[in-house]
Amino acid sequence: MLGAWEYLVKHPEKLAGWALEHLWIILVAITIAIILGVIVGIYITGRGKEHMADTVLYLAEIMMTVPSLALFGLLMLLLTSVGLKAIGFLPAVIALIIYGQLPILRNTYMAIRGVDPAMIEAGKGMGMTERQLLVKVKLPLAVPVIMAGLRNAIVIIIGIAAIAALIGAGGLGAPIFRGLRNARMDLIILGGVSVSILALLVDAFMNQVERWVTPEGLKRR
Amino acid sequence: MMIKLDLVTKVYPDGTEAVKEVSFEVEAGELCVLLGPSGCGKTTTMKMINRLIPITGGKIYINGGDSTKMNENELRRNIGYAIQDIGLFPHMTVGQNIGTVPSLKGWPKAERNKRAEELLELVGMNSGEFIDKYPSELSGGQCQRVGVARALGADPPILLMDEPFGAIDPITRVRLQDEFLKIQQDIKKTIIFVTHDIYEAIKMGDKVALMKEGQLVQYDTPANLLYRPKNEFVEDFVGADRALKGLQLIRVKEVMTSSLPTVKADEKAEAARERMEQEGIDWLVVVNDDGKFLGWVGKAELGKGELVKEVMNSSAITVTVNTVLNEALSLMLSSGANNLPVVSKDNRLQGVLSFDIIRKALTEVSQRRQSE
Repeated sequence: MLGAWEYLVKHPEKLAGWALEHLWIILVAITIAIILGVIVGIYITGRGKEHMADTVLYLAEIMMTVPSLALFGLLMLLLTSVGLKAIGFLPAVIALIIYGQLPILRNTYMAIRGVDPAMIEAGKGMGMTERQLLVKVKLPLAVPVIMAGLRNAIVIIIGIAAIAALIGAGGLGAPIFRGLRNARMDLIILGGVSVSILALLVDAFMNQVERWVTPEGLKRR
Repeated sequence: MMIKLDLVTKVYPDGTEAVKEVSFEVEAGELCVLLGPSGCGKTTTMKMINRLIPITGGKIYINGGDSTKMNENELRRNIGYAIQDIGLFPHMTVGQNIGTVPSLKGWPKAERNKRAEELLELVGMNSGEFIDKYPSELSGGQCQRVGVARALGADPPILLMDEPFGAIDPITRVRLQDEFLKIQQDIKKTIIFVTHDIYEAIKMGDKVALMKEGQLVQYDTPANLLYRPKNEFVEDFVGADRALKGLQLIRVKEVMTSSLPTVKADEKAEAARERMEQEGIDWLVVVNDDGKFLGWVGKAELGKGELVKEVMNSSAITVTVNTVLNEALSLMLSSGANNLPVVSKDNRLQGVLSFDIIRKALTEVSQRRQSE
């Protein structure tokens, strides 16, 4: 523990570098994962898409069960075969997006499907189109559950991003794996603790975001 | 006529016939109650009018036009809809809820706000206090009022109301019914009102459509439903106490005594005694100088003081000219009073309703039934 502290004091620029790399990877991955997950999640709630929804959610669940190392390996193969850069940032971000999908997709889908039928009937009965119903009624009411999914996904993504160091993406995983190879406890602790702190900070930030985006009338209940 | 159902039928894909060849017409400005036990198809019938449930046979005409040929969203924006269990949007303020249809119709914001304020006042709520509140901050009765206001949002000519006063206590319910009837006298909407409560149906309806197992059994005025039941089912549904239910059809103003033996609170007890002897009665209504109701004074109490106000019994139990007789009767029974003062909105005395008057009305109602 002391060793980790000494290292930090001696080389703060190194930790900052790893942390920034980590942040950049998760930022890109989270942004794309949210956009993709929420859009697909909303899309599969549409009328007559029940089968598609089942398939998509099933696929997302299977992807969650693939060990991260295996997924990184698979992606390297896949990217090489299409002539893209197989190590570093790109495969890392793609893998993280995939891992973030299940909680986002599932919560978005469940939240929108779970909106009180009376609300939907009231909206329809007053002459809302499907789109108006989605934007004015379903989505606002679904916000709390969707946000819970996002936070879940973000924590998963931050953790797994550490493993991406193995395929040359850098980030806070780099000191951890270097420490493992060289039996350097200080580096392992430094990396591990930093990932946890980052996860806590981002979660606190998301807490604030949740407060901003939750409709006023739903908070006071 | 405003709404016409012509052999309307609903058969679900699995073969269940929810509604079978129902036909009736509702004139403009009429309140038509769809009544029946649960599962009789009344709610399905109502929802076919704004096409929330598609019809599978027959035709529905709105203002002469075939409803299936209209744009369904346009149709719904011109039919106010008050849903069972209220259905207010919890993420919107009271004002935004009421402004839902106006906003769908593209009204500018200022106009929507003005309309929401008007409607809140119409349903008896202070607009300044409530317009920015959320549904979770309202009581059940207030939610019901907002639900009615929202249905009136864009001033539609037609209203569909699905047990709009369902989920509240009986006292608030009676009050909301009375208030709504008063509002309806001014706004004259064409209304389809769904309920399973025979009392509510008789009280609210100009016409009642009694349904059973998807079929229309009798479509008639409340009086005819009570006293000229078409068959045994109607008779059973109306119940044996139909004379008592008939009291729902009579309002206080039709039977009350309006020439009143009154005494002012500041008068001497002796003056009160003289008046009682003149009139041959043993009680008087006490009013103040403005004619506002204060209480009662009985012959037995007169000796206990010099002025009327010292011996009178103050009371706050009153009825209005529009109270229906069975509610007045239950008020008498629960308060133990033999006489009820009939007062205006500002508590001015307009008449007196006595137990005897109600008994007479009850006898007349029963005789009418026998002679018909």
